[in-house]
Amino acid sequence: MRNVFTIAGREIRSYFVSPIAYVVLTGYLLLGGWFFFNLLARFNMLLTIYSAQQNPQILERLNLNEFVIAPLLHNLSVILVILVPVITMRSLAEEKKAGTYELLLTSPLRISEIVLGKFLGAFVFVAIMVATTFVYALILMVYGNPEMGVILAGYLGLLLLATAFVAVGVLTSSFTENQIIAAVSCLVSLLLLYIIAWPADSAGEVMGAILKYVSLTEHFAQMVKGVIDTKDLLYFATVIVLAIFLTHRSVESIRWR
Amino acid sequence: MLEVRNLTKRYGDVVAVRDISFTAAQGQILGFLGPNGAGKTTTMRILTGFLPATSGTAKVAGFDVFTESAEVRRRIGYLPENPPLYTEMTAESYLRFVARIKGMARGAIEDAIDRVIGTCGLESVRHRLLGQLSKGFRQRAGLAQALIHDPPVLVLDEPTIGLDPIQIREIRALIQQLAGRRTIILSTHILPEVSQICEKVVIINEGRVVLEQDMATLKSGGTLEDVFLRAIAKAHDAEHGAEATA
Repeated sequence: MRNVFTIAGREIRSYFVSPIAYVVLTGYLLLGGWFFFNLLARFNMLLTIYSAQQNPQILERLNLNEFVIAPLLHNLSVILVILVPVITMRSLAEEKKAGTYELLLTSPLRISEIVLGKFLGAFVFVAIMVATTFVYALILMVYGNPEMGVILAGYLGLLLLATAFVAVGVLTSSFTENQIIAAVSCLVSLLLLYIIAWPADSAGEVMGAILKYVSLTEHFAQMVKGVIDTKDLLYFATVIVLAIFLTHRSVESIRWR
Repeated sequence: MLEVRNLTKRYGDVVAVRDISFTAAQGQILGFLGPNGAGKTTTMRILTGFLPATSGTAKVAGFDVFTESAEVRRRIGYLPENPPLYTEMTAESYLRFVARIKGMARGAIEDAIDRVIGTCGLESVRHRLLGQLSKGFRQRAGLAQALIHDPPVLVLDEPTIGLDPIQIREIRALIQQLAGRRTIILSTHILPEVSQICEKVVIINEGRVVLEQDMATLKSGGTLEDVFLRAIAKAHDAEHGAEATA
């Protein structure tokens, strides 16, 4: 375990001395802020219109969770699809390019320690990214009365989603020494997982159910609604464990005869 | 200390190393020579546990590099052709990281860092970023990394490549100073270097060992350059002669 933290610690420090990390973090907060501002402005406008019409039924259905937090989380998740690959692309690919891969693999480290360390390092960075956007939820709590439980479930969903993205990103980074290839193949994989359920309604009962189960969005959407179901948690755990396992095999493959 | 027996490495159809065998005794500096593409780097990567051999065995400090890879990796210091440096780290923090992943005890690390920084002459760049260092200093940092856990076996892949004559002399002096109880495998193209510091020489060509001899007995056969060229030419003739008769 000590070795895992050594690798992860070095990884995190290297993120914070690289300009990529700051560009990504700034971009993420900038876009997040823009979404938040616009969602809030729209909410405010709806509130004004329906108050003027004195329509209590609709006014009752207007709430911060559904009109601000939920769309914000969905938007943030789309931005993560694009930005996480940029964070994870260097993970193992850069080590291969720089020759430090040889240092890692000729040290008395287990491959699992290298892989978990790399994953943990990228995870911590992305978790910080996700955590910074919690400031929007806090602002709503100060000035409004959103449902705290639903917000927390939604952020947990976002964090799990981001963790799954990181696991996939480290996996694609282990296939190549080219960071661009690592980033693009991660982006494509994530997008595919994101939209794979689109034909679900017309794909027949069994196929439709499978597509919906495989899709990241379906599980994430449940959590954004405030529903924490073991089925969804299990799904995210499966994606994360599977991607880490495959990364382990991919790194190990160099030692196969 | 180091024993290579019938080692073969294939990359698909390409045979990088064919059936090579050689040994190095404890405390010996072994010069590992051969033209570019002869299989030197592949052999070194197999010895350090980075790559597996297709067949054959190699033992380092009594441990099999394939079945007891972790034990071997604990006992070997390896400087690859390109020093494996994290350019965004300072020399000191880099060495601390390497010491940790080599499994050194926490208490011993700071002393070890001071020791290798002293041995490799890195005092003046201790707190500088590795990416900003000159080639000579990078090479030294690479060497420091290989030495940090005080390994009984050192594998150095062209440690003097790309250095200026003064730096070459310094690194050479350093390697000589490191010998003694350590076994060192030194791959290089600079033949005078080998005749000056190595006790034994192994020449490989096209994946085969064409010469394995102690320096002392070799000196009578002319300069090392003559011996090298003769060995390579003989191997070449043998290969093509065999083809002609076949």
